[in-house]
Amino acid sequence: MTRVALRHRLAERGVDRQLWLLVPGLACVLALFVYPFAYGIGLSFQPAEGGVLGAYRTFFADAYQRDTIATTLGLSLPAAILNVAASVPIAYRMRGRFRGKRLLTTILVVPITLGTVLTAEGLLNYLGPAGWFNRTLMALHVIDEPVRLTNNYWGVFFSLVITGFPFAFLLILSYLSGIDPTLERAAATLGAGRRQRFQRITLPLLAPGLATTFCLTFVLAFSVFPSAVLVGDPAGTTRVISIAAYHAAYEVYDYPLGSAIAVVMGVVELLVVAVVLGLRSLLYTGSTGGKG
Amino acid sequence: MTLVSEKPTSAPARRRLVASPGSWLIWGAVAFFLVNLAGLIAAVVVNSFGSRWFDTWLPSGWTTEWYATAWTEFGLLNVMVVTLEVALLVVGISVLVGVPASYVLARRSFPGRRLVYLLFLLPILMPPITYGIPLATVLYKYGFAGHLTGVVLANLVPSIPFVILTMTPFIEQIDPAIERAARMCGAKTWQIFLRILAPLLVPGILAASILVLVRTVGMFELTFLAAGPDSQTLVVALYYSMSAAGIRAQQSVDAMAVLYTSSMLVLLVTALRFVNPTQLVARVKEDPD
Amino acid sequence: MTGFDELRLDGVRRRFGARDALAGLSLTIRRGEFIALLGPSGCGKSTALNCLAGLLPLSEGSIWQDGARLDTLPPEKRGFGMVFQSYALFPHLSVRKNIAFGLQMRRLPRDEVRRRTEEAISLVRLEEHAKKLPGQLSGGQQQRVAIARAVVLEPSLVLMDEPLSNLDAKLRLEMRTEIRRLHQTLGLTTVYVTHDQEEALSLADRLVVLRDGRVEQIGTPEDLHERPANRHVADFMGYRNLLPMKVKAVHGPVVAVEGSGLTLEGTPVGQVSPGDDVVAGIRPEDLHQGGDGVPVTVEVVEYQGRELAVEARTPSGVAVHLRAATRPAPGDQITVTAAPSRVLVFPA
Repeated sequence: MTRVALRHRLAERGVDRQLWLLVPGLACVLALFVYPFAYGIGLSFQPAEGGVLGAYRTFFADAYQRDTIATTLGLSLPAAILNVAASVPIAYRMRGRFRGKRLLTTILVVPITLGTVLTAEGLLNYLGPAGWFNRTLMALHVIDEPVRLTNNYWGVFFSLVITGFPFAFLLILSYLSGIDPTLERAAATLGAGRRQRFQRITLPLLAPGLATTFCLTFVLAFSVFPSAVLVGDPAGTTRVISIAAYHAAYEVYDYPLGSAIAVVMGVVELLVVAVVLGLRSLLYTGSTGGKG
Repeated sequence: MTLVSEKPTSAPARRRLVASPGSWLIWGAVAFFLVNLAGLIAAVVVNSFGSRWFDTWLPSGWTTEWYATAWTEFGLLNVMVVTLEVALLVVGISVLVGVPASYVLARRSFPGRRLVYLLFLLPILMPPITYGIPLATVLYKYGFAGHLTGVVLANLVPSIPFVILTMTPFIEQIDPAIERAARMCGAKTWQIFLRILAPLLVPGILAASILVLVRTVGMFELTFLAAGPDSQTLVVALYYSMSAAGIRAQQSVDAMAVLYTSSMLVLLVTALRFVNPTQLVARVKEDPD
Repeated sequence: MTGFDELRLDGVRRRFGARDALAGLSLTIRRGEFIALLGPSGCGKSTALNCLAGLLPLSEGSIWQDGARLDTLPPEKRGFGMVFQSYALFPHLSVRKNIAFGLQMRRLPRDEVRRRTEEAISLVRLEEHAKKLPGQLSGGQQQRVAIARAVVLEPSLVLMDEPLSNLDAKLRLEMRTEIRRLHQTLGLTTVYVTHDQEEALSLADRLVVLRDGRVEQIGTPEDLHERPANRHVADFMGYRNLLPMKVKAVHGPVVAVEGSGLTLEGTPVGQVSPGDDVVAGIRPEDLHQGGDGVPVTVEVVEYQGRELAVEARTPSGVAVHLRAATRPAPGDQITVTAAPSRVLVFPA
């Protein structure tokens, strides 16, 4: 009797046997994500020496380590901003239907599937001192000697743009397609010109999507690792935080320090995301009238 | 209000895509990006077929021997098999685990729903390295790392949430009245799942599977951290061969990169038969108009 | 108000691929008129409206406003107001800002924007909701915002695209009266698209009936109601009985027809001669029970307030619809008659 009553009360709040379907998924995430993460955090507080915060102290005391945060942000923030900022006008122009749209979006998907490693290899070949890019510029007499575009900041930056731009573009394009086109038409019948329609109707409705896109692009750029090693200057200007974490954990075998750096990396990234999402919550985030 | 009186000519039929300075600039930027992208890919392809290429526009000769070298030297057959095994296992498990969870998230409201959703969102929002390092440590501790098991487990972390996040909106757009109708016809929950929902979900599951496949084959960080010498996927093997480029001929690394790209391209072309390009990055429905 | 005396559509045609969505619409709209474009879905009425608004370029033809060419202007330069079927309210702007939007686009002084916005808000009685976002309003309220947003500009022409189709029956009647009242009090010129003949008949001064992109008939509500030009217009105008028949004889203005198990006399619309296949159109309310008429068998009786709607079957099995004052029982044999002037005979 009471068991029936309890089940009834739970069912009223939406708890019943169907929720078991959630369990495998939750179990996986808990076992493979939450537990290791918690374990890593725990590990980061148990360094071989220096007390509870020893690993963090080691990281922040050493300028070579500490500066990786600035290096990573210095790469990922400009790359993410450029990717989003360049995508908006292009996607805005391409939001309607036209012949070849599917082909163009398909071509833009290619870099996403290239992956960081092939992009790196291609950049080394193409942008290198003897690569086609420098050759073309020299043949056109734009430059006299090859510009150095690889094994430094720019190599990594380009690789972030090549993988990140299509990603940002496709996301923004789909957000734009989610905005009901009759809204712009309505604005047109009310006397708003092209520019005003974009500024006062489309952009405000797109802004939350822009924030989300920025976050996802930023996460992608922030976790830069292989390209920083392959096309960058992994000991100097592009020693990003993931290199520091990997180095500590797998080359020095200092797991507490490696975990601590991973935690710092997660915190910094979540901070940026939180700031952007906080700004986003100030904006209108309801329906954009689309069917999606 | 101003009115323009003009001689009656046929009205402009397509106004879109007519060039204004702004659109020239934009199309120029797109073209520049695409030309460089093409150059980048072509550089790798050309190099992989070139016998000797040093400080000239094109290699001095052409050969396919780098592919043979890459195939034997890197043990590519084994690597390919591993890649395929990992990808298929990850796809299978994440669909089996993810789809029921996304059904609950799409259809039910229960205490803690937002928390659960956030929990599924986090692995996608975090850089793989941040959880990959502690995860690999744990996997080593329990003896999973260095084998196929470890690689599959590590790749499940972003894949299950990815399936859930793509399938939840898909299930939401299926009219719940259909399930209620089935229930009124006397179907039990498992029957509804099997006979009503499963057929309706097939396109969504197919799309999600292909996307997970593409992501898993391309996933570097997690595989890199969890793999041992016998459980490298193509992308990790490529990284190792490249960072040891001094020892290997660069062309054979390129040959391997081309093999990688072509297999990704095959996947991509297959994927695009079933999904919209934008779905490769997110699932936001496109307006039918 | 920047009005016009006459707006002329001259052979306006719009193609989508190889298909004509609108095949040559010519129409002159006079100032102060209420015109309804009527037709089933896909007939081209919304295409016509969008062409008029400037949202769709024409494939052929032209639009003239008092001798000035209009179809080459973008929508924002035409000075028309439009109410969309989905309302297309800006979801991120409050009711007040939605209504003020057009005024701000014209760069009117702030005081005037405020004054006219408030006037429009009270015109549609939304004072209490002025600060809300469209998502927080009911369908009827959203509808009123959409109308206010269009008329606040005092446009020379108001275009309405099935504005009532998303409302429930009661609200639809109320808003219908509201729209007609606004049209009269503000002295608007209105083009109204609908698929509901009752709505069109009750609102419009003149109706344009479209079918497959072609104009079937243009006329006043009385014209269309009493004298539909062909069987398609008749079908649309509530001639529910469209019976395939054959002409037996022609006696001056009256033709005798038979078929479908009936023999009737009717008024020809167009040229018919004995032996022709024709369609006889009769409204249910013109087909009366009793008298020296044709026998039919009652099948279904529906109560409809003051009268009863009856579906009966003729001896040859064709269904006819009529109205009855007393309730027959299903299975009853009754006789029906119709006045020859109320039976329209269209060439098939």
